[in-house]
Amino acid sequence: MTPETSTGDPILNISIFGAFVAVTLIIVFRASRNNKTAADYYAAGRSFTGPQNGTAIAGDYLSAASFLGIVGAIAVNGYDGFLYSIGFLVAWLVALLLVAELMRNTGKFTMADVLSFRLKQRPVRLAAATTTLAVCFFYLLAQMAGAGGLVSLLLGIDDRVGQSVVIAVVGVLMIIYVLVGGMKGTTWVQIIKAFLLIVGAAVMTVWVLALHGFNLSTLLGAADAASAASVLEPGNQYGLTALTRLDFLSLALALVLGTAGLPHVLMRFYTVPTAREARRSVVWAIWLIGVFYLFTLVLGYGAGALIGSDRILAAPGGVNSAAPLLALELGGPILLGIIAAVAFATILAVVAGLTITAAASFAHDVYASVIKKGAVPPNGEVRVARITVVVIGVVSIIAGIGANGQNIAFLVALAFAVAASANLPTILYSLFWKRFTTRGAVLSMYGGLGTALVLILFSPVVSGGETSMFPNADFSIFPLNNPGIVSIPVGFLLGWVGTVTSRTLEAPAIAAEMEVRSLTGHGAEKAVEH
Amino acid sequence: MSNDAYPAKSSPPVIDYAEVEDSPRFRELKREHRSFVFPVAIAFLVWYFAYVLLAAYAHDFMSTPVFGNVNVGILLGLGQFVSTFAITTWYVHRANARFDPIAAEIRADLEGREHAGEARS
Repeated sequence: MTPETSTGDPILNISIFGAFVAVTLIIVFRASRNNKTAADYYAAGRSFTGPQNGTAIAGDYLSAASFLGIVGAIAVNGYDGFLYSIGFLVAWLVALLLVAELMRNTGKFTMADVLSFRLKQRPVRLAAATTTLAVCFFYLLAQMAGAGGLVSLLLGIDDRVGQSVVIAVVGVLMIIYVLVGGMKGTTWVQIIKAFLLIVGAAVMTVWVLALHGFNLSTLLGAADAASAASVLEPGNQYGLTALTRLDFLSLALALVLGTAGLPHVLMRFYTVPTAREARRSVVWAIWLIGVFYLFTLVLGYGAGALIGSDRILAAPGGVNSAAPLLALELGGPILLGIIAAVAFATILAVVAGLTITAAASFAHDVYASVIKKGAVPPNGEVRVARITVVVIGVVSIIAGIGANGQNIAFLVALAFAVAASANLPTILYSLFWKRFTTRGAVLSMYGGLGTALVLILFSPVVSGGETSMFPNADFSIFPLNNPGIVSIPVGFLLGWVGTVTSRTLEAPAIAAEMEVRSLTGHGAEKAVEH
Repeated sequence: MSNDAYPAKSSPPVIDYAEVEDSPRFRELKREHRSFVFPVAIAFLVWYFAYVLLAAYAHDFMSTPVFGNVNVGILLGLGQFVSTFAITTWYVHRANARFDPIAAEIRADLEGREHAGEARS
């Protein structure tokens, strides 16, 4: 047992995290007092400003995978970890230039609102809700799996039963946040968490740089000297064979095209009153996320230099433990406690954001539009959304316990691949291609989703390798870990094929209306008055 | 609550959107928007994938030292950050200066027509 080098002080860690939960719960209760309508519950009454929403987007996006996963990947694999953060950041330009404002102008609560605007409501909504739930599920799985690993590191709980109990606690807390707070409460949790995370990372970054004379070159040299392999050039993780290089291209494609198809990010654009505020949100998000990823570069190399990849890999939690270990090395148990609590809060907040997205999609698209065909009693939709929150919470607790120990940055990359294959083609076609038809949308969404899922099922992620979910079976016919390089083109191609083979044209008047609304913001510019 | 986004497809029939779509002002807005976002989107994607391909297949080039321990790979990676921040700033300036005024003008015109339509009926 070496608690002083790996876990710090569990009591301290729990106290700091408990304080975060207490403060945010009070805020969530206060924020939720006038949650009455569906617009309040799903879109926070469209009352947030661009900077607030931008910070919340950064909170949603900088998940445990970004913080623990990227710092760990850079510490252990050097340059190849850096590539993750570049893909995650550049992806925001797709959202800013092509998607954010146009989506804000044509939708109401969910991604399906936009996609079904000028196409046939029921099939398109059902398909969009299906892909939304699938992406949220993968992302949730990644966060819950991360919670288990983090706990083993921070609280010194190594047995699976203890970790499972903690995953269940995370799930229950998340259900409370979302049930009580709705989108408004969830958004405030994201804002607080993003602030803490970025400030915490900034303090550690300055600290690491100070230890190396504020000279990047010195830091890089120290990291390189501490490692057996060269960590300053690409190739440690992905450069081994032609196949791993192809896998890397596939990952890069999924990262850059996935963000603009992530439903929980898209839904955030509806919490602001105008397209202009949606634009400001994205700009704030890009700056915060970009600066944060620059911090992770310093932290990753700092962890490599000060701790070394051998010690990181040997610690409970493995690669994901680089950032907490660095905090312990720098500031002792108190800084570790703070960073650990922030990382834990990150998981909690991201899980809450995903859950409200999935619940909104089910209640608004499947229940209200497909099952009830729009004839829903007042508050019926919100009631269904709340029930869905509980169901999703329970499912994610069970799945999280099952996925405990999986690599989190990697599970998130799969969520990005599914989003890029199933959602992005239909989003772009709907916004920019007037001829696009219902058949194209349905084919692209189900086809993209199905291709991605099947390829993942038959990939080394699921079977055949030492780190697979089922290491003892081998049905990995598809050689790549990330399906993006195949499934994303398939999604785009199916959308095109479905459209050109459609005999009927969709209503041209509504297509014209959508185009006018999307570019001018007509009909969507006013906030709800309270 | 009354003006919380609109229920899709039930807008007042007073506006002929096909006609709006065909109006010179709207066509100008659409041209301004697309002639900016499409080329810029293609440009940053090309730059990103050029970088990714170099990282995957040109290890020797990426590890060429530039100064101290800083090599070409690190500089190109940081270059991706710089270009992302630059494009963001550029787009915001363009949208505020060129897209927003035209959009606001068309929106005001459409709202005027809707009010007139409601008054008639």
